[in-house]
Amino acid sequence: MNRVLEVTDLKTTFATPEGDVKAVGGVDFAINKGETLGVVGESGSGKSQIFMSIMGLLARNGRAAGSVKFKGEDILGLPVKELNRVRGAKMSMIFQDPMTSLNPYLSVRRQMTEVLMQHKGLSEEKAAAESVAMLENVQIPEAKRRLNMFPHEFSGGMRQRVMIAMALLCGPELLIADEPTTALDVTVQAQILEVLVGLQRDFGMAIALITHDLGVIARMADRVMVMYAGGIVEKGSVRDLFKDPQHPYTQGLLESMPRLDERESTRLTTIGGQPPNLQNLPSGCTFRDRCRYAFERCPVERPLLTPFAEGPDGAIRSKACHLPSL
Amino acid sequence: MLHYFLRRLGGAIPTLFIIITASFFMIRTAPGGPFDRERVVPPDILANLMKAYHLDEPLWKQYLRYLGGLFQGDFGPSFKYKDFSVAELIAQGFPTSLTLGTIAIAVALSIGLTLGVWAALRQNTAVDYTATGVSMLGIAVPNFVVAPTLTLVFGLMLGWLPVGGWGSPANYVLPVVALCLPQIAAIARLTRASMIEVLGSNFVRTARAKGMPERVTITRHAIRAALLPVVSYLGPAIAQIITGSVVIEQIFSIPGIGRYFVQSSLNRDYTMVMGVTVFYGALVIFCNLVADMLYGVLDPKVRYD
Amino acid sequence: MTDMTILPATATVEVKGRSLWANARHRFLKNKAAVAGLILLVLIAIACFGAPYFGLRDQDDINWDMIQSAPDLAQGYFFGTDSNGRDLFVRTLYGGQVSLTVGIVSTLVSLVIGTLYGATAGFLGGKVDGAMMRFVDMLYSIPFIFFVILLTVFFGRQFVLIYVAIGAVNWLDMARIVRGQTLSIKRKEYIEAAHASGVSSWRIITRHIIPNCLGPVVVYMTLTVPVVILTESFISFLGMGVQEPQSSWGTLVAEGADNLEIAPWQVFGPGAVLAITLLSLNFVGDGLRDALDPKDR
Repeated sequence: MNRVLEVTDLKTTFATPEGDVKAVGGVDFAINKGETLGVVGESGSGKSQIFMSIMGLLARNGRAAGSVKFKGEDILGLPVKELNRVRGAKMSMIFQDPMTSLNPYLSVRRQMTEVLMQHKGLSEEKAAAESVAMLENVQIPEAKRRLNMFPHEFSGGMRQRVMIAMALLCGPELLIADEPTTALDVTVQAQILEVLVGLQRDFGMAIALITHDLGVIARMADRVMVMYAGGIVEKGSVRDLFKDPQHPYTQGLLESMPRLDERESTRLTTIGGQPPNLQNLPSGCTFRDRCRYAFERCPVERPLLTPFAEGPDGAIRSKACHLPSL
Repeated sequence: MLHYFLRRLGGAIPTLFIIITASFFMIRTAPGGPFDRERVVPPDILANLMKAYHLDEPLWKQYLRYLGGLFQGDFGPSFKYKDFSVAELIAQGFPTSLTLGTIAIAVALSIGLTLGVWAALRQNTAVDYTATGVSMLGIAVPNFVVAPTLTLVFGLMLGWLPVGGWGSPANYVLPVVALCLPQIAAIARLTRASMIEVLGSNFVRTARAKGMPERVTITRHAIRAALLPVVSYLGPAIAQIITGSVVIEQIFSIPGIGRYFVQSSLNRDYTMVMGVTVFYGALVIFCNLVADMLYGVLDPKVRYD
Repeated sequence: MTDMTILPATATVEVKGRSLWANARHRFLKNKAAVAGLILLVLIAIACFGAPYFGLRDQDDINWDMIQSAPDLAQGYFFGTDSNGRDLFVRTLYGGQVSLTVGIVSTLVSLVIGTLYGATAGFLGGKVDGAMMRFVDMLYSIPFIFFVILLTVFFGRQFVLIYVAIGAVNWLDMARIVRGQTLSIKRKEYIEAAHASGVSSWRIITRHIIPNCLGPVVVYMTLTVPVVILTESFISFLGMGVQEPQSSWGTLVAEGADNLEIAPWQVFGPGAVLAITLLSLNFVGDGLRDALDPKDR
């Protein structure tokens, strides 16, 4: 079983007084053992909601449909009790804001040991010892002393490392990292990414790395999928995508990244317009109002994500666009 | 933790001081004296009375005398009940009021917390709407309307419970209910709002993401965090129960301090009014101190400030 | 080969904006309980203050035949009569005038004191703010009813002063709210932007700070009124508030409670009106709060 996660036609909708918000509109993808899949998109593209759906963490008014298989086992729609065997143990998630993601009223020790005691039935002392070891793995200095402290005594970067440690305690096969560095300073960002790279090397888990920062993708991801308005617009290996993007949105994203070797007087490139209203998606391709290549077929027929090539390392390239090529 | 306690204590002492000083000067500078109410007293006897009670001395001297007495636990003599000192009267009435108040707050907390948590967990269902509706009633309907109503229904019409007096456990029921209803409502409301907010917080999301059983997430993570505003509210809650007891003791003829307070205010029994005010003020301050310490136990951030 | 004429990239879709107040009004109106409360309040206010013009019996009219009688709809005694034969319904309406006036006046007093105190603390910030707020914390722990009673003893039952006294002990919440608002507004970027664009301090205060304080202040005012009315009823019940021949809802309920065994209706008429008023005020206050603070759902 090479695939850790297999998602088929996942649709996530939120019921609001003003109508249904189609946050995720039918996505298909898979994550292989030990690889890092980057998930890129703007705010509101649905990149986080995919994984919130998978982890069963949707808000009260959210519903997910479709199929999600974790190591061959269907987990979407599992009752909470069953899902709790998987979450935190075989599949973990860390979040964007480390300042609020830890319980301020409980010690770090409590928050970490409870995971091991719950999932692996360890005694408190054993669980504490393993927690110290994991804190050392994420390079927290004086781990033994720090274990007994409270979250407010840690800095933002350290808290995120505690979160990572907590997520890896049970040796999960998939770590979902939802914008783990967005809320941190740039220098701290680099540290966190280094920690993640090292941990993946040591523990061999697959990582789903959600971010809007292409630089992070370039550093860490093997494959990447680009999200727009709730759908995947392009998928492939990082190398191929960066070198030769085949979707106008991907192209726009890459062009809008300021480069060190650009002349100072050039203006910053942007993608004109706004993302569409998820309660009222346009017909046909969701990107057509902002696309410089749009033609008659685009407003009429919604382009499906279709494979069109195979990259050198076996990764299949797909795109959702009517254009034969850019 | 000790540091935190000392700081809180440091805030408490000036408050007590303010209460003592403010009530002293207010009651002493009010028009009318303690002997105005009774039959007209001949002037020379009046002069002697004033002297005996030190009422002829300058105000600041009386104040210091009072303070000194307080340190020794002497609240002065009662002007109305001439054979008793204020301290004796308070000692007589306090156990009753204490019992009433303690039971009321215990009931209010148990029911209020349970109701609030339950309503939050079953948000927007029938349970939630009922709880919220009952809370509104409890807060809006004054206890001096509730008390007679309850008396009428359970005492006179159904005859299940006695309508007044004190002694047997049956006497406790109606007064406690009337006293704690507004607090049940307030605590339930507060708990519900707090719990709803906590349930939507990021750290509860993390607990769920860790695969913790829902029961554990609720009790260990959510409720503990949601309790904090309720603990902060304990001080005002106790103050309100004390306030409410004044009326409840009146309605149900319960021999507690509240009743003395009302009578003394109407009678201009200076020392009694002041004594009760100071006593209750000190009690509330003490309870606030305890509540603060409890808060410190629950919230580590506050301890190390 | 398909025709690939490139379409012009259309720009944005027009989004209809809504001002904050319009938004709030819209949300308030959707809240049925709040709207119902508002309607009830208006009706009660009209009934109480318009009572002299409705051609009803006078509140002091004694009907010797109907002393202490139960409600008699045929004769128009909706709430029955009190122990002096006076129409309890009419007395309730006139009592409402007193209770409602207290509510408004005392709330205004606490508004003025609280706003000045809170705005000063928030504006000055730093140590002054810290000290001022510590003082407020201390005052919170005092059972204020004792001071209201002391004040009524002090002022010897003069009407207006009672109102002031009640307002004077209720300003704490208002001060906290206003101070919080002032602090958060002071720090907001649009204040900095206004400063940077050369707007005068006075304009900043009037155009930015005050309108943004209004929301929570209005909410708390609406929630203070029932507390104040309750306080007044409370002390009137104890016999220390409004005096005969004037009545307020508190005194009426007190009389009713005294006669509970022989004339139970005497409590219910005024008691129910009092309770409904307080409930309505609470609903309206809650509705306002929900309408003005979007996160507070």
